[in-house]
Amino acid sequence: MSQTEHETPLVELRDISIAFGGIKAVDHASVDLFPGEVVALLGHNGAGKSTLIKILSGAYKRDAGQIFINGEEVQIDNPRDAKKYGIETIYQTLAVADNVDAAANLYLGRELKTAWGTLDDIAMEAEARKVMGRLNPNFQRFKDPVSKLSGGQRQSVAIARAILFNARILIMDEPTAALGPQETEQVGDLIKQLKKEGIGIFLISHDIHDVFDLADRVSVMKNGQVVGHAKTSDVTKDEVLGMIIMGKCPPGAIPGPGALQTV
Amino acid sequence: MHVDGGVQVSQSTTTTGAGRVENEGPFTRFLRATEVDVRLLGMIVALVTIWIGFHVYGQVVNGRGAFLSARNLWNLSVQTASIGVMATGMVLVIVTRHIDLSVGSILGFCAMMMAIVQVWILPEYLGLGHPMIWIITVICGLLIGAAIGAFHGYLVAYLSIPAFIVTLGGLLVWRGAAFLLARGETISPVDSTFALLGGGPYGSIGAAGSWIVGILICIGVVALLITGRRQRNRYNFPLRPMWAEVFLGLVGCGVTLGFVMLVNSYPWPRGIVRQYAEANNIQTPINEIFISHGFAIPVLILMAVGIVMTFLTSRTRFGRYVFAIGGNPEAAELAGINTRWVTVKIFALMGLLCGLSAVIASARLNSATNNLGTLDELYVIAAAVIGGTSFAGGIGTIYGAILGAIVMQSLQTGMVLIGFDAAIQQMVVGGVLVVAVWIDTMYRRRAK
Repeated sequence: MSQTEHETPLVELRDISIAFGGIKAVDHASVDLFPGEVVALLGHNGAGKSTLIKILSGAYKRDAGQIFINGEEVQIDNPRDAKKYGIETIYQTLAVADNVDAAANLYLGRELKTAWGTLDDIAMEAEARKVMGRLNPNFQRFKDPVSKLSGGQRQSVAIARAILFNARILIMDEPTAALGPQETEQVGDLIKQLKKEGIGIFLISHDIHDVFDLADRVSVMKNGQVVGHAKTSDVTKDEVLGMIIMGKCPPGAIPGPGALQTV
Repeated sequence: MHVDGGVQVSQSTTTTGAGRVENEGPFTRFLRATEVDVRLLGMIVALVTIWIGFHVYGQVVNGRGAFLSARNLWNLSVQTASIGVMATGMVLVIVTRHIDLSVGSILGFCAMMMAIVQVWILPEYLGLGHPMIWIITVICGLLIGAAIGAFHGYLVAYLSIPAFIVTLGGLLVWRGAAFLLARGETISPVDSTFALLGGGPYGSIGAAGSWIVGILICIGVVALLITGRRQRNRYNFPLRPMWAEVFLGLVGCGVTLGFVMLVNSYPWPRGIVRQYAEANNIQTPINEIFISHGFAIPVLILMAVGIVMTFLTSRTRFGRYVFAIGGNPEAAELAGINTRWVTVKIFALMGLLCGLSAVIASARLNSATNNLGTLDELYVIAAAVIGGTSFAGGIGTIYGAILGAIVMQSLQTGMVLIGFDAAIQQMVVGGVLVVAVWIDTMYRRRAK
């Protein structure tokens, strides 16, 4: 889906800054995301991309800057706020509770209840079977604690949790880092499918090859600053690599505050 | 097993083990069919060993085995109640990777407050022996305990002070406060109705009442098995073989009814019977009257607490959050759980249970002394840990903690019965705690 300059972005992060003990992890960074679009947020380890996105998902509280959802400024102070605005996150660490089963993890924080106010484990498991059937048809271990599952299975649990609640904005932090080739392909298919449904997706990665083909646009960060934005159709992989490594903005990209000034 | 899906972690391997083998031994097959936790079985075996060991030792060395007598076991059940009630709360605290060292002091403080309320304050307004006194007193005790616990929880969750430090401070603060309240006096006797909550001949429900309770429990056991089977059938989950269901039902009912027969076979002491006969104008000679104790009220309180806490941990959102936080605090927070608020609730619940234990302990002694509940924190923590609660977080069961409390109390009373020194008693209890945790660690490592 292509967007015009006049359309309101689904998410806009404007001039976000956060510092940890004097180190500016994110320094006046701005990124945006439109409905049905996949934006890859790239950069080295420590470039500040995960930190920036954790501000959007409510895990960190920003020091300065504004967050807009559908053009309206919103206040996101914790993960509950983010979920209220339909922002779902799949973390690099997966963030699953190891000692409970898949269904309990899917509904963690939003459990289904019976008329008596008790947990409706049966309904939750039935729903879990449905959504997991879509993602990973071979998955059968609904009764085991998540700690007993394989990396790929844990990943599907984390993804299932994000899409179960009709997310409008999906954040995936290194979603394929722990996966084999076949599972990586599954995640790719899933991203395409979610995109068709009009969901905006942030893909975070330090490896351009993982995400270049999936993304509509890339935003590159270096040392906490945004180097620049570019449509994947306007730049080559090598040019984006140049942005990541040297902070050099190619002609097809819109430079940000972190771009190398000599260009 | 569906009933405790979120709680039972170690047992799930028995139902869906990946490396299922065909030619397993009859014992493994038995465990798989009944879905009985190996840990649970181990604890029961340990308990029975302790009981028989003390009995035989008494018989051989002292010429009189007193442990397996109705009288001792009845007393054991009453003595377990106070520790057992607190141990159920300690499970939740330890599961979330915290600790509460202040439970004994909170108990002492609550007991002192309740004694003041019912002995010094309420009789002035309501008159001595007014039927409302005990109710108001108990409510006060529970609320004070819950408030103290909530305050501790607030310090831990919102000010990020480690629970170890907060409750270590609480251990000293509340013990000191209890002393200040009554300037170190012992307040006695407590309200006569209140005193019944501590057990004793009058604080027990007698033979008929015990049979009723026992039969209700049996009905409950059977109903649980039937509904469980029906649910599994409806959702095509694997069923236990019928013989296993029958076996579990028989064991459940057998233990219950055996316990009823045991408490009913312990008669009132002759002095109490004489008093009772005189008060009620009974002409029968004293030595022909047999009045059973039946279940003591503190034991019923412990059973109720066990059921409620099991329900809370396995069937409610709160319980699910407690275990999720214990398993991965960061994931729980990111999943949108208000982990701080849950922490406050856990400590408040722990405090409430301390208040309840204060009711039992002070009613049993018929007084509130300044040192009531001293060292209880260690017994409570030991009970929870022996019962399989893991300090690494996320693992623990309510029934385990109650069994752990029985084990601790059995050791304690057993050593008193065979005449061990107080010093040796302490050393044995300490040693057992360390060994129990060591065995548990080995077991878990192997189960992985």
